[in-house]
Amino acid sequence: MADVAIPRAKPQMSEDNAWTRLKHNRNWLGFWFMVPAMAFLIFFLAYPLGLGIWLSFTDTRIGRVGHFIATENYEWLWDDSIFWLSVFNTLLYTFIASAFKFAIGLYLALLLNEHMPFKAMLRAMVLIPFIVPTVLSALAFWWIFDSQFSIISWSLRHLGLISQNINFLGDTTWARICVIFANVWRGVPFVAITLLAGLQTVSPSLYEAATLDGATRWQNFRYITYPLLTPIIAVVMTFSVLFTFTDFQLIWAMTRGGPVNATHLMATLSYQRAIIAGQLGEGAAISSAMIPFLLAAIMVSWFGLQRRKWQQGESND
Amino acid sequence: MSSVQIRDVRKSFGNFEVLHGVTIPIEDGQFVVLVGPSGCGKSTLLRMLAGLENITSGTISIGDRVVNNVQPKERDIAMVFQNYALYPHMTVADNMGFSLKLRNASADEINKRVKRAAEILALSPLLDRYPRQLSGGQRQRVAMGRAIVRDPQVFLFDEPLSNLDAKLRVAMRTEIKELHQRLKTTTVYVTHDQIEAMTMADKIVVMHDGIVEQMGTPLELYDKPDNQFVAGFIGSPAMNFLKGHVRVNGVATFEGPNGVKLPLKTAPTASDGRPAVYGVRPEHFTIADDGAEAEIIVVEPTGSETQVFAKLGGEQVVAVFRERHQFNPGDKVRLKPDPSLVHLFDDATGKRMNA
Repeated sequence: MADVAIPRAKPQMSEDNAWTRLKHNRNWLGFWFMVPAMAFLIFFLAYPLGLGIWLSFTDTRIGRVGHFIATENYEWLWDDSIFWLSVFNTLLYTFIASAFKFAIGLYLALLLNEHMPFKAMLRAMVLIPFIVPTVLSALAFWWIFDSQFSIISWSLRHLGLISQNINFLGDTTWARICVIFANVWRGVPFVAITLLAGLQTVSPSLYEAATLDGATRWQNFRYITYPLLTPIIAVVMTFSVLFTFTDFQLIWAMTRGGPVNATHLMATLSYQRAIIAGQLGEGAAISSAMIPFLLAAIMVSWFGLQRRKWQQGESND
Repeated sequence: MSSVQIRDVRKSFGNFEVLHGVTIPIEDGQFVVLVGPSGCGKSTLLRMLAGLENITSGTISIGDRVVNNVQPKERDIAMVFQNYALYPHMTVADNMGFSLKLRNASADEINKRVKRAAEILALSPLLDRYPRQLSGGQRQRVAMGRAIVRDPQVFLFDEPLSNLDAKLRVAMRTEIKELHQRLKTTTVYVTHDQIEAMTMADKIVVMHDGIVEQMGTPLELYDKPDNQFVAGFIGSPAMNFLKGHVRVNGVATFEGPNGVKLPLKTAPTASDGRPAVYGVRPEHFTIADDGAEAEIIVVEPTGSETQVFAKLGGEQVVAVFRERHQFNPGDKVRLKPDPSLVHLFDDATGKRMNA
């Protein structure tokens, strides 16, 4: 028993080669465990972000090294009505699509949380829009909303409700509705499945207790489900807003920002200016202009996500 | 407050019947404990009483009203759950006042009743806390407070103490009993712990495999168990059972395993040679010269009493003595059951044979 204490003093006396340090110093070991993750974040996140911001202060074009021109790109954008239209479009797109995704996702989650036949199959089916590659689903929507061959127009015509095809992607209002619809269709499974996971953490005995306390189904939702779900709602809606705000694939595959820039989002406009037109500096400036909006969204969720009072205190269960 | 009548109640899940016709009369103000091993249907029965499970057949009435098709919230019952089921996002006060709020009671009324319940349960300083900030015993009291606030006809408890540590369990047991003596509300309490049942109940209902084995006061069940199941379930340490035959030649005796002779006060009529089970509680053994020889295996002193495990006729038995004997493992002692306190059960049916 007495010699158990002896090895304790050893690490300090040991010769200071890297291997022994690795074996004995937990912080030193921990540092090396973090290196891969740090390298990954620096090379694939911090570096591109920094480069993008740097580019936005230059007049770089494809094939030509740029010079530092300070905020000239931003000054140009300030007077660019198309840029402001894309900002408006992005906000509209994000706000409406997120609201619908939340409402439909919550509804589906509540539905799938009930006992019903084929529950496992239905849950799997809800995920389908999520697993289909975005570009593929965008192409499908492109056909569904085609001006000549749209199945919707065809059906409505055969039902006698309309006399000529609806120009879904050619009309500014319709185009916006269509891309928002496609985005909602694609985003609902993520919200629904995440909220469903949240719902399943709520103990059934809480509902039983509330039922005995006299709560109706609506009151069960209003006073039990919803408050207990708010932390998860905050997380899932933050992600949903961030994904929607930066959406690119769906728009580019369906409308390329048209008609008349009515569906141009900041991401698509940035791509068009930077890659198609070759103005890398200006494109980078549009991308960088998204940062304040995204930061604002993150701040909102940061404060929304802070542990609520009832979650504090030690958990001894 | 009101009486509760459970009449020939059955419950099936699909084709599987878990309750096979249970009849339990409960008087107004009585504290009834449903006790039995897990899977005996006691919790299901309680949930049927609460309205959380449908009744397959039979009737349950609270007061004069058959409640089979009455919604839980209209049954005027309050339930305390095993995991307390406190609303984690509400303070203690809100938890307790929730049912009143749903009934659209005025803020004053809610406040008044929550305060009164909090005083009864010594929860007043905790009213603004959240469930996470409470200890197990405090949560348990909040769960009871939630029931008290409503002033219901019947309290239902579903194993309320099983999440507490042993010491707290004993304290809460007394607290619940005291509360019942004070409020005199009809109470149905489910537990698997026979000590809880014995200490708290006015009437114990022993259930097993979906039927009622016996009901009665705690001491009736202890003194005169109807069958071997109840005899083995009630009492701690459990009753010793020895298989053998009744012998009536002059004096009634019981011939136990390996021919060991055990005393009987009287033999049931026409029972000579009948196979039977001899039951004797550990506390009804004495050391006597005319006892049966037994070899001591283990001695477990608890301070107030000593439990002695011994081999009697090759079978292990346990005896409890309040006196302090100097026993060592391997010692031979003579154990004598008190003939007026032994129980005799039919070997085949397990039914009680002696009066």
